[in-house]
Amino acid sequence: MRNAFAAAVTELGEIHPELVMLAGDIGNRLFDSFKDRHPSRFYNCGVAEANMTGVASGLAASGLRPITYTITPFNTVRCLEQIRLDVCYPNLPVIIVGTGSGLSYAGLGATHHSMEDIAILRTLPNMHVVCPADQTEVKLAVADALRIGRPTYIRLGKKGEPQVHETPPAFTIGRGIPMRAGRDVAILSVGNMLATAMQAADTLEGQGVSTEVVSMHTVKPLDEALLESAFADRKLVVVLEEHALAGGAGSAVLEWGNMRGVDLRKLVCVAGPDRFLSACGSQTQARTEIGLTTADVVTRVTSRLN
Amino acid sequence: MNDTSDTIRLAAQLRARVVAMSHAAKAAHLASALSCLDILTVLYESVLDIDPARPKWEDRDRFILSKGHAAAALYAMLAHKGFIPASDLDRYGKAGSMLEEHPSPKVPGVEAATGSLGHGLPVGSGMALAARIRQRDYRTFVLMSDGECNEGSVWEACLFAAANKLGNLCAFVDFNKWQATGRSREVLALDPLVDKFRSFGWNVHEIDGHDHAQILNAVAQVSTAQQQPTMVVAHTVKGRGVSFMEDDNNWHYRIPTEEEVERARIELGVQA
Repeated sequence: MRNAFAAAVTELGEIHPELVMLAGDIGNRLFDSFKDRHPSRFYNCGVAEANMTGVASGLAASGLRPITYTITPFNTVRCLEQIRLDVCYPNLPVIIVGTGSGLSYAGLGATHHSMEDIAILRTLPNMHVVCPADQTEVKLAVADALRIGRPTYIRLGKKGEPQVHETPPAFTIGRGIPMRAGRDVAILSVGNMLATAMQAADTLEGQGVSTEVVSMHTVKPLDEALLESAFADRKLVVVLEEHALAGGAGSAVLEWGNMRGVDLRKLVCVAGPDRFLSACGSQTQARTEIGLTTADVVTRVTSRLN
Repeated sequence: MNDTSDTIRLAAQLRARVVAMSHAAKAAHLASALSCLDILTVLYESVLDIDPARPKWEDRDRFILSKGHAAAALYAMLAHKGFIPASDLDRYGKAGSMLEEHPSPKVPGVEAATGSLGHGLPVGSGMALAARIRQRDYRTFVLMSDGECNEGSVWEACLFAAANKLGNLCAFVDFNKWQATGRSREVLALDPLVDKFRSFGWNVHEIDGHDHAQILNAVAQVSTAQQQPTMVVAHTVKGRGVSFMEDDNNWHYRIPTEEEVERARIELGVQA
């Protein structure tokens, strides 16, 4: 995803002359072509995320469209108050991009895991929270965030994620992308879980469970029409995310459902536990340990249907 | 030498206004507002290129009151300049008034939300960098407190501004030697503050922060043509201008009585 992001901003820099990249001392070679094409619009802000976020605020308040980029926990919770006060309070068009989200950096240890970022950032007024599913959605998400022009958090994986979209879909922040239709169960997949969701749907179909899959890339604002429809006539609504259960996308749906008065017994949240993960090795192994595999999704669905 | 008698007279009037505002709103941080009032007055009267009729004018000089707890001083000045109606000051801190005890970016003339310390210098650095990118020659001024220099983000911004040669950026430290609960030199070892900023690559001036000519002189070179950001370490007295408040840290939080407001007004030589 990070390569897709670098390619996207390089291209979008042409049509947005006000786009400015701020990086927190990572992606040295990644942004070489951006730097070549837009030499006055790339700044390595060093390992100083609080300042980087404040600088982004000052740029945005002066007519520019900054994007901050570094590893997710450092670009979110490390500088949370700057995001809250310098970006969200004045409602400035700053895009905050976290790379290596969720368990992308499983092997690097809990310092580099980010299983709380969706929960924390979606509580901030004015903030949009967008989790692209694959490389195709990365580019579309950045383009749409620039179009909208307000505080936006974009949650990226790192590299080598499965490519799910064969052709670029219509993409609007706040509107889910239907991937396959189904009558019994709707799986609302957040970010990089989409390939898992598609495989789980295949398995469930084989067991006679008609399963819809939606790429619910935006956690805030929620796609209310999508949720209305899913809760209206499906037996189960699954929210699948590589994020902790507390405060994540499933939690957001729960809050919405409570206000709306839908039947929340249909909701199945497949998400991570309330603990720091240790010794997890690869992302795949980490997902296995905490119950985020295709088999886990299938089991959670079938056991609830029975 | 510039004639500073007008700004000295104005600063006294604004001090009296701020003392009365603190009493009316039952709002704290009066002594912090008084200590930076000369810097504010000189900047707004003699330095900043701004237009109250167009608060978002793209080429305006920017001023950020990073020590947001001195908001009353900023509001009194914004009213004097005509950014907000003078009558708004009477409703400072009251329900329905946009003039909260820390500045909101919704108030005309307020460039950034401050009140949590250590935000103004990074944001100001972004504004200064934006001027370079957009090839504009406005300048950005940031006013910080000495206690604020406890915040790591101040030093992150010092590194960034020097590395990016933001000569169009100027920051002040209102060095009144107090923070909320004690002497700023004792809470954390601030000294030698001038040497610290100098070693971070800034062009540093050390001045009497109540001497209007020195304030003017310190900012004279700030411009896009410079290669270094400017830091003005301004020695000040907390509670300046009111004898019974000067250098008494009780006035960080104390609210003046009606009688104290009157005594302050008389001392400041301001007409009722």
